[in-house]
Amino acid sequence: MNHENSTWSYRAPVRYRDLNPRPAPTPSLAQSKAALEKAASGARLDFDDGLALYTHPNLFELAAVADSRNKLLNGNDVYFNVNRHINPTNICAMSCKFCAFSRKPGEPGSYVLDSDTISKRALEAWQSGATEVHMVGGLHPRWKLSDYQEIIQAVKRTAPQIHVKAFTAVELDWMSRKVRMAIPELLSALREAGLDSLPGGGAEIFAPYVRQFICDTKLTGEGWIEIHRIAHKMGMRSNCTMLYGHVEDIPARIDHMIRLRELQDETNGFNVFIPLAYQPENNELEINHHTYGVDDLRTIAVARLMLDNFRNIKAYWIMMGPHIAQTALHFGANDLDGTVVEEKIANMAGSTSGTAVAKSRLLDLIRSADRIPVERSTTYAPIRRYDDPSGDATEWSAEQKLASIADQSKSQPRPQSQNNSKGISEWLN
Amino acid sequence: MAELIIERIQAEPSEQLRNAYTKALRNERLDSAEGLLLLTKGDLLTLGGLATAVKARFHPNQKATFLIDRNINYTNVCRIGCDFCAFYRRDAEADAYVLRNEVIYEKIAETVALGGTGVLLQGGVNPKLKIEYYEELFRGIKERFKIHLHALSVIEIEGIAKVSRLTLDETLKRLIAAGLDSIPGAGAEILADEIRLSQSPVKRHSHRWIDVMKVAHQHKLPTTATMMFGALEGPEHIIEHITRIRDAQDETGGFYAFIMWTFQGQNTDLLKKNPDMRSTTAAEYLKVLAVSRIMMDNIPNIQGSWVTMGPKVGQTSLHFGANDMGSIMIEENVVSAAGTSHVMNAATMIDLIHRAGFHAVQRDTYYNTVREIPLSDDAEAGGASADVHTPAHAPSRTPSHIHDAGLSEASPIA
Repeated sequence: MNHENSTWSYRAPVRYRDLNPRPAPTPSLAQSKAALEKAASGARLDFDDGLALYTHPNLFELAAVADSRNKLLNGNDVYFNVNRHINPTNICAMSCKFCAFSRKPGEPGSYVLDSDTISKRALEAWQSGATEVHMVGGLHPRWKLSDYQEIIQAVKRTAPQIHVKAFTAVELDWMSRKVRMAIPELLSALREAGLDSLPGGGAEIFAPYVRQFICDTKLTGEGWIEIHRIAHKMGMRSNCTMLYGHVEDIPARIDHMIRLRELQDETNGFNVFIPLAYQPENNELEINHHTYGVDDLRTIAVARLMLDNFRNIKAYWIMMGPHIAQTALHFGANDLDGTVVEEKIANMAGSTSGTAVAKSRLLDLIRSADRIPVERSTTYAPIRRYDDPSGDATEWSAEQKLASIADQSKSQPRPQSQNNSKGISEWLN
Repeated sequence: MAELIIERIQAEPSEQLRNAYTKALRNERLDSAEGLLLLTKGDLLTLGGLATAVKARFHPNQKATFLIDRNINYTNVCRIGCDFCAFYRRDAEADAYVLRNEVIYEKIAETVALGGTGVLLQGGVNPKLKIEYYEELFRGIKERFKIHLHALSVIEIEGIAKVSRLTLDETLKRLIAAGLDSIPGAGAEILADEIRLSQSPVKRHSHRWIDVMKVAHQHKLPTTATMMFGALEGPEHIIEHITRIRDAQDETGGFYAFIMWTFQGQNTDLLKKNPDMRSTTAAEYLKVLAVSRIMMDNIPNIQGSWVTMGPKVGQTSLHFGANDMGSIMIEENVVSAAGTSHVMNAATMIDLIHRAGFHAVQRDTYYNTVREIPLSDDAEAGGASADVHTPAHAPSRTPSHIHDAGLSEASPIA
């Protein structure tokens, strides 16, 4: 075929190319082909395979293998959820170069939401059918444990059954140091207040040569992994992310995926992997363009194949844009996130996707990609299959949604996905 | 690894669909029933793989082309008034205009300075502008610039003939003599009368558009063909459109590119009349693109639309059958009037093409190579792309596919 003359390359932006002290050579075409065949066989892929897959010159072939893998796991179902984002404060002690959200105390535009506002927003969310509140915010320099507990309790007071997914590992690390509590005790205290699971933010890129450049004062990659390990071992589930498309190179992305895969082998506590497309506006990095569409699609496909112990790969439409997120459903993604009501962080960095998408638009995106929309819970329990468009107008309340999960788990216990250190083929058997 | 596409085809449970896929892979012509089947039931990725294989027959060298030209909308006065258009004005409206020739020359000088090789001159059907206006303008342009003049849609040419009381033949002859090099395929919209007549009644029947194009081809005037979809038509209308153009191409061979884009609704009457209209999604766009590439076995070039779908999908289109990214569009008034506005320059375009995995080639309007920027030539590192120069290149009178039957590319880079 015509695509076999040379390999695809994604190089880090030119002025950041010397960040990696040990740059990997570009894989050969033969290596790319061998890696794709290995992926198709279901064998576990190593670091070099990952690099070779990323640079495979034929996008269709890479997609076809990733799509087949996804179909085996998820058929034609595509998940979305109905949630509400609440960002309790944008005051942050840290200065990450890629962030457009944070403000210093007293800086114009800084804010802290009071408990009543949080309670009110949670109630609105519950009443409009949201099953989840997602809360992340800045690292407030003066908050005590009780302030953090109050944020959660404010939600649970008005919406006791809503799932609270809150605090990234970076926030937890900050709290732990500020309130002088070890992570396990801190997590216990927050769980008592009502915390249900952890979001996947703050992972950025684990590789130190990138991390030191974009967020040198932030929790290290090892620290991030350790906090999620502790949470998983306490029985909490969490998500994980990767911020790509800024100064990092492909080896950093593969390294990141492998570190997540290793923890998943150990704990099986991650719900989903979420690649986050870098947003270029209003931050300190001199990277002024959005991610490339083909790079978004490759990232999804490679993640699907590298992360053989994850069932769910999310194409987060807010950051990728709805067009490419939809296309990614054919490249290995099985989740579009959801009808988010409030998302300040990506929005301030110039995300062009807008912040709320009506459910009807989301259903249309999924269906016009020839997939079946399935509303899910935070922990990926299916709530409702939208396989008949004539029923779209019927809205379920959040109570009905929770009852639906409970019914399904009674009649048909959800198979516990198994630890998969040996590769997908054995896992599927 | 051609076996991957074969595996995917064999895994398809529907025999009819399997047969249609197989025909496409074997380079056999698909009829409209098969085209419709692919469009309505085909799998997006399989179609993308097949379209890539079909494209390789025309463009085997892993290249993607783009054009530097400028859209100059010489007037916005139009007596037609299509429902899907946000650009036109009636003569009496305050913001109605006809550009002075000097303004047009100035815009062309800027285009040349930016490395442009052509202008796309389009406006409305303005009843006050007779053939002498166009002759003077075209001659004025050609006297001043070595530039390709891609101008006037079918409906404008018919309008000129009418107000000048000339036959179509005479009109074309005089315009060619004045410097017209090719005609854009605009105004084709959807060549299915059921839809077409309801949205632009004055634009008349589909066969009329095709007839005018055929006459232009007889005058050795090459043209492109276009399709606008996502405006209330059904998949059967899209297939009808594709097969009509394919049939005409069998007769004349005068279409050198097929260009499709999606309807952009903002500020249009069509949206006002149909407020619940949904907009075309990327998956649908890419599927139409891939099916077009598979069906159009006699047109060498298919263009992806970054203008209407955005740069991300535009870039992806190169993997779903498109071999060309179109123009960087130094000026585009019609689509931006309907609320779509993306900024593009040559360096960004080259970067997009490279990041999609293709060698970038700046072409002229006829798809002749102006300069090549191979993948190894890093745009960001200050390679050739950073240096957008005026090419030492005289516009050619012959489209590249007539030079070399469209199947070989003169100087492979890789």
